[in-house]
Amino acid sequence: MSIPTTAGRPEKAIRALDVSDSLWRQSIRQLRKNKLAVAGFAFIAFMFLICFIGPLFSPYADGKINPANMHQPPSAKHWLGTDLLGRDVLTRLLQAGRISLTVGLASMALSMTIGTVLGIVSGYYRGVVDQIIMRVADLLFTIPGLPILFIMGALMSDWKIPTDYRLYLVMLMLSIIGWPGVARLVRSQMLTLREREYMQAADVLGLSDKRKLFRHLLPNVFPLLIVIATLSIGGAILSESALSFFGLGVMPPTPTWGNMIDAANNVIDFEKRPWLWIPPGLAIFLTVIAINIFGDGLRDVLDPKQNTSR
Amino acid sequence: MSEALLEVRRLKKYFPINAGLLNRTVGYVKAVDDISFTIQPGETFGLVGESGSGKSTVGRTILRLHEKTSGDVLFKGIPFHGLPKTEVRKLRPKMQLIFQDPYSSLNPRIRIGDAIGESLLEHGLAEKDELRDVVLDVLEACGLSSYHYSRFPHEFSGGQRQRLGIARALVLNPDFIIADEPVSALDVSIQAQIINLFQKLQHTRGLTYLFISHDLSVVEHLCNRIGVMYLGSMMEMASRDELFSRPLHPYTKALLSAIPVPVPRLKRERIVLKGDIPSPANPPSGCKFHTRCPLATAQCKELVPEFRLVGDDHYVACHLV
Ligand SMILES: Nc1ncnc2c1ncn2[C@@H]1O[C@H](COP(=O)(O)OP(=O)(O)O)[C@@H](O)[C@H]1O
Ligand code: SF4
Ligand SMILES: [Mg+2]
Repeated sequence: MSIPTTAGRPEKAIRALDVSDSLWRQSIRQLRKNKLAVAGFAFIAFMFLICFIGPLFSPYADGKINPANMHQPPSAKHWLGTDLLGRDVLTRLLQAGRISLTVGLASMALSMTIGTVLGIVSGYYRGVVDQIIMRVADLLFTIPGLPILFIMGALMSDWKIPTDYRLYLVMLMLSIIGWPGVARLVRSQMLTLREREYMQAADVLGLSDKRKLFRHLLPNVFPLLIVIATLSIGGAILSESALSFFGLGVMPPTPTWGNMIDAANNVIDFEKRPWLWIPPGLAIFLTVIAINIFGDGLRDVLDPKQNTSR
Repeated sequence: MSEALLEVRRLKKYFPINAGLLNRTVGYVKAVDDISFTIQPGETFGLVGESGSGKSTVGRTILRLHEKTSGDVLFKGIPFHGLPKTEVRKLRPKMQLIFQDPYSSLNPRIRIGDAIGESLLEHGLAEKDELRDVVLDVLEACGLSSYHYSRFPHEFSGGQRQRLGIARALVLNPDFIIADEPVSALDVSIQAQIINLFQKLQHTRGLTYLFISHDLSVVEHLCNRIGVMYLGSMMEMASRDELFSRPLHPYTKALLSAIPVPVPRLKRERIVLKGDIPSPANPPSGCKFHTRCPLATAQCKELVPEFRLVGDDHYVACHLV
């Protein structure tokens, strides 16, 4: 950034520098003022850190079965006790977090990619392509997500898909459920942007389609994408947990927060051994809440409607 | 007469009104309904009329932001509306538009330098390494400073933003600029500055303007010839001096009487128009102005008055003239 030539008027020079911040930096500064959003972000970061690094320091990371050690309540040796097979619950909780967060991130990335590309194609080119894409999206959208997931999960069980593959298939399934929502939002944003006067200005200036799309439209869709991406991680984690809880998602011995709760789904575990189900339950709850709070904060500062209607 | 820079012939723009479950077209908004005028090189043509009379639509349709319903637009004799898209793009730099709301016409995420320079790159009118200098020159010509180069639109005042809008059009070195109420959104104190800028640029660059305004007093300073529009039709068209000294159409007279006059003794009799401008989807029969005209007769309700020559380059559409 070049320093403005306002010699002799230092206060003006300083102002000139700081007002030239991009909208991005302004948004981040605004976001920092939102305590709740900052707390949400801190919690998500903390969760990622301990899930991905924590197990490296655990003596129980190999997940060895030790029946003699089963159902121990929390103690100095096993902070969150042990499960039916004598494995350390804390270690499994963190390992499950890795899987759950990865599933959340990966299926978010996939559904964002599909949804964004199709949404842009729909909204920019319109016509027949738009019709086809949107009808498919409507179809997937009108059928409630969880039932489809359950059917697909049951099919996977029927076809005896190996556990390792199930993980990837679950991500894929979540993306198939997730992209229509993304595509719709991106498309409607594109339609709104198309009508903006600065796009008419771009027409009068004779700018090419390529420049209009990549320089004018996409940067204005981007903030929306970030918000959707954040919120959809939470949704994916929740769906994966539900699926795994019903035994239709990722299967043991691969731990996820969902199947850990499922493993404790009998009355005795529920009443007598809360260390088996409270930790994964809380992990899901807090992570999803934190993601949503952070996503809401992002929406407040990044919502293109707020930024352009001044 | 030399060749006109712009010739608009019987231009019509009807917007379909869609309604119902099947989104069928149930009627048309006749926003521009058979308008003709020509603009000579170096001239400023003023288009005035109340809000909703179709002025902006004329400007936008000329530039093909809307596809015309019928009629012709000749730019330097070239039938602009008959050209394929690639040819239209090549001509774009020559005809530019300045918007009423400069803020919404600037992309909030693009720095000023890029916003002004990008069209030059696009048309191959400047190399990357000289771009900055060209843009700085045009910023200066529009009364802005070099340190505005890397700023964002939201960091400017209304008047400065309109200067940006002008700079963005000017950088392409156009021959013809359509200015759609470029000062209506600005403070009165700033309006004069911007109008002066328009005048200065016209002198230094030999520009031709189509200047749109709902305010006759704004147009008075700037224009050689003026057309008065009402509900998509031209009511009167004459040179500025002729129109201000010898207005013939009752609508023009009403508009003129609304201009505040500094010397009270000279005050014209104020003609107050009753009611609002009718909907262009369902315009009155006969003379479109008859529902509000103080002089309307029975004939006016039935017969459309012809837009005809009544004096030296003075056209009017009224039965009583
Ligand atoms: N894109 C559009 N679609 C439908 N109707 C339009 C559109 N643009 C303008 N109109 C209608 O055309 C008429 C003339 O509008 P406009 O040209 O903006 O008038 P002015 O600029 O004189 O205020 C108005 O009734 C307006 O509602
Ligand atoms: S034709 Fe009749 S209604 Fe129309 S302006 Fe003239 S006098 Fe008025
Ligand atoms: Mg207008």
